[in-house]
Amino acid sequence: MNIAVCIKRVPDMESRFRIAGSGVGIDEAGLKFDISDFDAYAVEVALQLNEKAGAGEVTVICLGPDVVQEIIRKALSMGAAKGVHLKADAVPADSLAIAKALAAELKDGGYDLLLFGKHSLDAMTGGAGTMVAQLLGLPCLTAASRLEITDGKAVARRELEGAAESLTFALPAVVTIDEGIARPRYPSLKGIMAAKKKPLETRPAQLGDARVTVDKMALPAERPAGRIIGTGPDAVPELVRLLQTEAKVL
Amino acid sequence: MTTDFFDIDSALSEEERAVRESVRQFVDDRVLPIIGQHYIDGHFPLDLVPVMAELGVFGANLPEEYGCAGLNNVAYGLIMQELERGDSGVRSFASVQGALAMYPIFAFGSEEQKRRYLPAMARGEVIGCFGLTEPDYGSNPSGMITMAREQKDGSWVLNGAKMWITNGSTAHIAVVWAKTNGDASDKSIRGFIVPRGTRGFTSKDQKGKLSLRASDTSELVFQDVHLPADAILPGSGGLKSPLMCLTQARYGISWGAIGAAMACYEEALDYAKNRVMFDRPIAGYQIQQQRLAEMLTEIVKAQLVSLHLGRLKDAGTMTPQQVSLAKRNNVHIATDIAREARRLLGANGILAEYASMRHMANLESVYTYEGTHDVHSLILGQAVTGLNAFK
Repeated sequence: MNIAVCIKRVPDMESRFRIAGSGVGIDEAGLKFDISDFDAYAVEVALQLNEKAGAGEVTVICLGPDVVQEIIRKALSMGAAKGVHLKADAVPADSLAIAKALAAELKDGGYDLLLFGKHSLDAMTGGAGTMVAQLLGLPCLTAASRLEITDGKAVARRELEGAAESLTFALPAVVTIDEGIARPRYPSLKGIMAAKKKPLETRPAQLGDARVTVDKMALPAERPAGRIIGTGPDAVPELVRLLQTEAKVL
Repeated sequence: MTTDFFDIDSALSEEERAVRESVRQFVDDRVLPIIGQHYIDGHFPLDLVPVMAELGVFGANLPEEYGCAGLNNVAYGLIMQELERGDSGVRSFASVQGALAMYPIFAFGSEEQKRRYLPAMARGEVIGCFGLTEPDYGSNPSGMITMAREQKDGSWVLNGAKMWITNGSTAHIAVVWAKTNGDASDKSIRGFIVPRGTRGFTSKDQKGKLSLRASDTSELVFQDVHLPADAILPGSGGLKSPLMCLTQARYGISWGAIGAAMACYEEALDYAKNRVMFDRPIAGYQIQQQRLAEMLTEIVKAQLVSLHLGRLKDAGTMTPQQVSLAKRNNVHIATDIAREARRLLGANGILAEYASMRHMANLESVYTYEGTHDVHSLILGQAVTGLNAFK
């Protein structure tokens, strides 16, 4: 199968973040970046589907500045066949603008399946995949926790609150990938060497008009220090009162 | 990682960083969660071998045509660093497989031997060990008494014993160094491939180790072992051949020791920031800051030494004496850092739940093997004075 996977470069979410001087983004200095987790699952799913079928090609697509080429090459070193870098100065906050650029690239690619992570770890909007499906008029299935394709028939599973559903759908289609579906492989050292020789095309991203912009970014307020109300059983009534009236958790 | 205080990452290529990240991820996911228990139980985590092979760490700097990854020596060094960040025993396994078993076959083997063994060894299906040290000949291997005698039909008969052999009981093949045909000179030393199961070849686990416990260390015994004519490594000749292998391994060890030091430093730093004593984190006290500053400084220096050594190796200009300096320095500072980290951790530092004491104990072996610290001092002494202190 001809599978496209759209991936995003995100910072390690365990980092200690600082707001950039512009006030509308994070300071990227010293941060470590990688493929967003759900997107990495999607790459792994695509590779496994083709390995199982014994044929097919995986293309990874990433939008952003030149630095995103590093994660495209990581996906290539995992086993994807080729990469496309849609060059933009920055990743816009407007999911529709992103989706339009991706749809323009994906439209004539002849792909059987378009995979996305269910959302990025940083922005968490989860908009790009569903919007691309809409723009291309394709069926869309979100947050798949299992995906099997046999003889052109696609079956996916979605986890619901206390239940799961199984769905059948026609290809080509857009599927966004949930966690737990597959553990991304380590790029092998041979894979890393081979990735250098794989094609990575760069073209300008055809971003739509950005109609959503970030006005301000702020860190959460520091949590106030704990307060000792008293000690022993005598303190319990006051503690209960404060939990009811101040913390409002009882 | 907080240990890259000098942004040495910026001196690495994207590909070198990618290699490091992949092995780092493997060590975080697969080695760190299990290694403490393996250390206590005293066995090597053999189930990691297929995963390491899949990653491509065995003989990673040997050419692709023999099924290896064909990496440069800096990338290879970074692999050793990351593996030893997990445990010196895990790094030792990879060092022996790559630098001491695969390398001599690559450097001194016939084309047929290379095709037969190297791809299978890269896949982790054939494990190798390296038999040079003997019970009575450690720092002076030229005195070895293991002897191979050529028979009329060109086959060989091998007799002798080897000691302190990493992977000795696990290995499918042993690369054994022996003098030949009764000649006591070290010029007669040749290498032989001895498959497990060959009659007269036995191995025995060395018991009672307090260091490198998650590693197989064995004694090999050869009693009238008949080997076919094609068991000899045709390109090997003299003590120089095994010493060339040791240069490869020592190069990797200079990197590996940095990994152990990084693990101890990171653990100490994290602990110091979180451990509260006298109402504030112990990281706020001058005595611990002094410890941490010393550790960090020595790590940065060691990183720069090994990185430059790797660049020299890739350029083909590296000398064995430079490798001695790097191995000697980096293992020495790593042993000190591990001990200081253990002390900073207080009583918790003696638990296997923390890594520092395990590294501290492991590094005593690393300090002693592959040319002891003292032997490397004499190699450097000879290099700068022109006077040989060995004799």
